[in-house]
Amino acid sequence: MRIAIVQTKPRKGDRDANVADLVDAMRQLQGDPPDLIALPEAALTGYFLEGGVFELAESSAAFSRRLAAAWQTAGAKSSIDIVSGFFENDAGTYYNSALYATLSPDGKADVAHVHRKLFLPTYGVFDEERFHSRGKHLDAFPTRFGRAAIMICEDAWHGIVPTIAAIKGARLFLIPSASPGRGIHADGELESIARWRSLLQNYASEHGVFIIYAGLAGFEGGKGMTGSSQVIGPRGDVVVQAGALDACIVRADIDLGEVDMARAGLPLLGDLQAVLPDLVAELGQTIS
Amino acid sequence: MTFPVVTAPRPDPYDAVKSDPAVTARWLEAFLADELVRRRGIKKAVLGLSGGVDSATVAFLCARALGPQNVVAIRMPYKSSSPSSLADAQLVVEQLGIGERTIEITGAVDGYLQFEPEADPRRRGNVMARVRMLVLFDQSAKLGALPIGTGNKTERLMGYFTWHADDTPPVNPIGDLFKTQVWDLARYLGVPLPIVDKPPSADLEANQTDESDLGITYRKADAILAAMLQGFDDEQIARMGIAIDEVRLVRRRVDSTHWKRHLPTTAMLTNTAINEFYLRPVDY
Repeated sequence: MRIAIVQTKPRKGDRDANVADLVDAMRQLQGDPPDLIALPEAALTGYFLEGGVFELAESSAAFSRRLAAAWQTAGAKSSIDIVSGFFENDAGTYYNSALYATLSPDGKADVAHVHRKLFLPTYGVFDEERFHSRGKHLDAFPTRFGRAAIMICEDAWHGIVPTIAAIKGARLFLIPSASPGRGIHADGELESIARWRSLLQNYASEHGVFIIYAGLAGFEGGKGMTGSSQVIGPRGDVVVQAGALDACIVRADIDLGEVDMARAGLPLLGDLQAVLPDLVAELGQTIS
Repeated sequence: MTFPVVTAPRPDPYDAVKSDPAVTARWLEAFLADELVRRRGIKKAVLGLSGGVDSATVAFLCARALGPQNVVAIRMPYKSSSPSSLADAQLVVEQLGIGERTIEITGAVDGYLQFEPEADPRRRGNVMARVRMLVLFDQSAKLGALPIGTGNKTERLMGYFTWHADDTPPVNPIGDLFKTQVWDLARYLGVPLPIVDKPPSADLEANQTDESDLGITYRKADAILAAMLQGFDDEQIARMGIAIDEVRLVRRRVDSTHWKRHLPTTAMLTNTAINEFYLRPVDY
């Protein structure tokens, strides 16, 4: 499976310019086309929109058509799968969403799955729940490469979310993200970048999954998004990681068969499935 | 047998203000390039260069981010300003090869103060700060250069600045850095050591120093502020080894100056009030 993460650095609210940048990236990929393109959270608008969300959110159908038109404009000769974050307007209810679609070279899009962000950070610098409604579902869905699950940014900061995704059969986690960088105490990189990588490595090795993390780049009113798009292998190994600050394309070829090998060596997911009924019973008692 | 004992170290309040200046510098250079060139299409920066460590550090950051040919430093001495400040600013200009202009503000300041001869030093200092900002913004318009702010997090939190003067430039790279972190960054960037090592001063009055004005050293104030911002109360901070009176002094300054860190208070009358209901980010 050949992956290209397009780490976008959007101009705030200028969707046409950002789509033009995406077309450039897609055009660049035509010589050596991947199987899957992954884009960050809020990939084509920027993340901190406040009330601008209501001007720029669109339906999943409209957004997928926008992506397909870009793919067609880029001179595509074959179909491609894509995962991308966007702000969704579902008949007046607004979500921070990401969709998985197959784009064909004639400009058509087939949407396989839409994930609506479950955990809307609303503290400190974040104000998502002021402008968005929460998603309510977490699904693993079939792709031509195997089952995948989408988590958006803070979704993946709660260990229970990747756990449920793995239990539901996902072998590939797709994580579009927009992470404003902070923490200058550590050596060599911002603490929030190190924290993300450490989380992803832990999830990948605990559940034996590949993780594709697509991070938004660029400063938004002083808040610098940390990019750092990366692919993590099922033993927790960092396959590739991009820099934080600039737009770029991150390429990696992965073999999802390694998931089986990793799980054979460290069968934590199998162990979890064996104990799960007892844990669920415990959880049920705690909640009630 | 006797068990070896492994003891956790006592929390050191000074740990919270440690920083990696290389990471900080890289981030702030990218910030300046993005905010000026990419977002606003402005290639040039203009800043007031006082001879102190804050503006010197910002000059170094701007020179690295934009190229020295795109940075103009304005020295704005008043007749009572220390000549050594002017000389220290010159050190920065020469080391970086940035543009420089000296515009004395005595005439403008005294032109107004002749009508207010009884004005105390605090009022006089505020007039000077506001005249400097007037000059900076006019030079900005003349040069097609964006004014860059040089206020640090310590002075912003302590309210140790003139409202709508020092805090006015639209872009500030060091406003989230405590003073001790600015010192670390300055050393890393190669700011001349006489500037880094001298006692910080607003240089509004003879022999004035920040630390005597504030009643506490920056090092200690920064440790207290860092702990306070994490949510520790006065007694908890004192237990880390800082005198409770100094903790209270810092908290008093922070709590009495929240207004200085905000835009003017506007009466809300509708459900489309700007920045209350009508919310758009600064870069939208």
